[in-house]
Amino acid sequence: MNEPVRPLPRADEFDTREFWEGTKQHEFRYQQCNQCDEVVFYPRRHCPGCTAGELIWKVSTGKGTVYTYSVVRQSYHPFFRNRVPYAVAWIDLEEGPRILSNVVGVDDPLNDVSIGMAVQVEWEEHENLNIPLFKPLAS
Amino acid sequence: MTQKRAAAIVGIHEYPSRDVEGEISPLQVKAESAARALEDAGFSWSDVDAVYDAGEGGGMGGLTIAEYFGLRPNVIDTTSVGGSSYEFHAAHAKRDIAAGKCSVALLTYGSTAHSNARAIGVGGRGGASMHPAENMDAFAGMTLIANYAMVAHRHMHNYGTRSEQLAEISIATRLHAMRNPQAVKAMEDLEFLDIRETTIEDVVSSRMIADPLHLLECCMISDGGGAVVIAAPEIARDCKKSPVWILGSGEATKYPTSGGDITSSAATQSGPQAFGEAGVTPAEMDIAMIYDSFSITVLTLLEDLGFCRKGEGGSWVQGGRLRYDRPLDGPALNTDGGGLSSNHPGMRGIFLLIEAARQLRGESCSQVTDAKLAVAHGNGGMLGSRHSAGTIILGRD
Repeated sequence: MNEPVRPLPRADEFDTREFWEGTKQHEFRYQQCNQCDEVVFYPRRHCPGCTAGELIWKVSTGKGTVYTYSVVRQSYHPFFRNRVPYAVAWIDLEEGPRILSNVVGVDDPLNDVSIGMAVQVEWEEHENLNIPLFKPLAS
Repeated sequence: MTQKRAAAIVGIHEYPSRDVEGEISPLQVKAESAARALEDAGFSWSDVDAVYDAGEGGGMGGLTIAEYFGLRPNVIDTTSVGGSSYEFHAAHAKRDIAAGKCSVALLTYGSTAHSNARAIGVGGRGGASMHPAENMDAFAGMTLIANYAMVAHRHMHNYGTRSEQLAEISIATRLHAMRNPQAVKAMEDLEFLDIRETTIEDVVSSRMIADPLHLLECCMISDGGGAVVIAAPEIARDCKKSPVWILGSGEATKYPTSGGDITSSAATQSGPQAFGEAGVTPAEMDIAMIYDSFSITVLTLLEDLGFCRKGEGGSWVQGGRLRYDRPLDGPALNTDGGGLSSNHPGMRGIFLLIEAARQLRGESCSQVTDAKLAVAHGNGGMLGSRHSAGTIILGRD
């Protein structure tokens, strides 16, 4: 029997495919409007800040902080059920985008994750795209 | 104060069973509840000229629900925004009646989430859908409970809120549930352990599901359903039961934004619309029917509706303020026992309207003496990411 796998995004979804394309080169891409400067994330074709602007793709440093988090103790999902406890978090990147991800690379997610902790992206490799997870920022 | 009485709740029914053992479908729950609610008002099917449906029974909602009930309505509304859909439906029914488009509106809900063994809270989300937002989120394995837990963590971080304070919400709703025979039966049927009034210690020592939310801060997953009938004033005054007027309504959505405040919900937008239209204040509310998917949901929504200031909810709910006997003159919270201890088949918004109407009719198991005003606030979707808010202010003659 196959090992259960992490639920992976569709690489061909219209609005977000450019983001997932970037993950192949370990690029964390986000958008900014060339008219109103709005930082846009999740990716879209249109600017939600103004009707005139064009969205320009940029690349984040992948560094940010934990805005908030929870440690999941119970999950029935086939992939995640054997991985409890694990930390899910909203991460605020330096450039502005806020992304939902996991905090990994800590010994004990119950005690080693906190709001405001500095993190950096760590790519989990898959066949057609890579998944942006976050680990404590190396000091 | 010029308060409009454009439409009233005149019929209600809560489907009694929380465990149908797979013997009845959601559509059948809807139809039976509709018939009972119409009888409660003194109506029959043929009196209905407007249907409101969230589509939870399948068949594209409004496209097929009229056929199933055997109706030919002039107004068909399939607003589907999660658990708050029924507050949106009530708002739309009031608007449509006031516009002269219809005079008797029927809202129904049915679900067999328990029988289907749907792990709503801890199921996590499976393969990513094609919606771009989901396509960015699904990989993280966030359970529904973890979504709300992230609001609680940030609330604790910003304002010093403690689990012992959140537990006040759980123990108030359990107190009310123990006074409601249907809720006690629900807990028995769903095999709750140790069915009794709870203490703060019980709540904070229960198992952690997703930090910082404990088991007794999470709603149940039941079967169930219900129906609400809303009528125009000239009809409402002649119904079997006294009318429960819809005095104000508000709608909103909120979603994650860069730099946004997760501790503040769409209720900050829907609340002022509703209270403003009704010309009343939160302090005047006798009853607060607030969507209690989790303890933190109630705390956040009470703050956002203006019962207290943002960040002060933790201390405000202490001392039993939310009990039906109102020791601190606060609003009585979820006097049916709430989603935490009575009924949560997935979208509990309709029960907020039903119990609020019971209170204003004087029919609740935890009746508040001389209750005159109630707020029903539904939260749909997920509080910690994209969610909807529907606020309804209700009053009696």
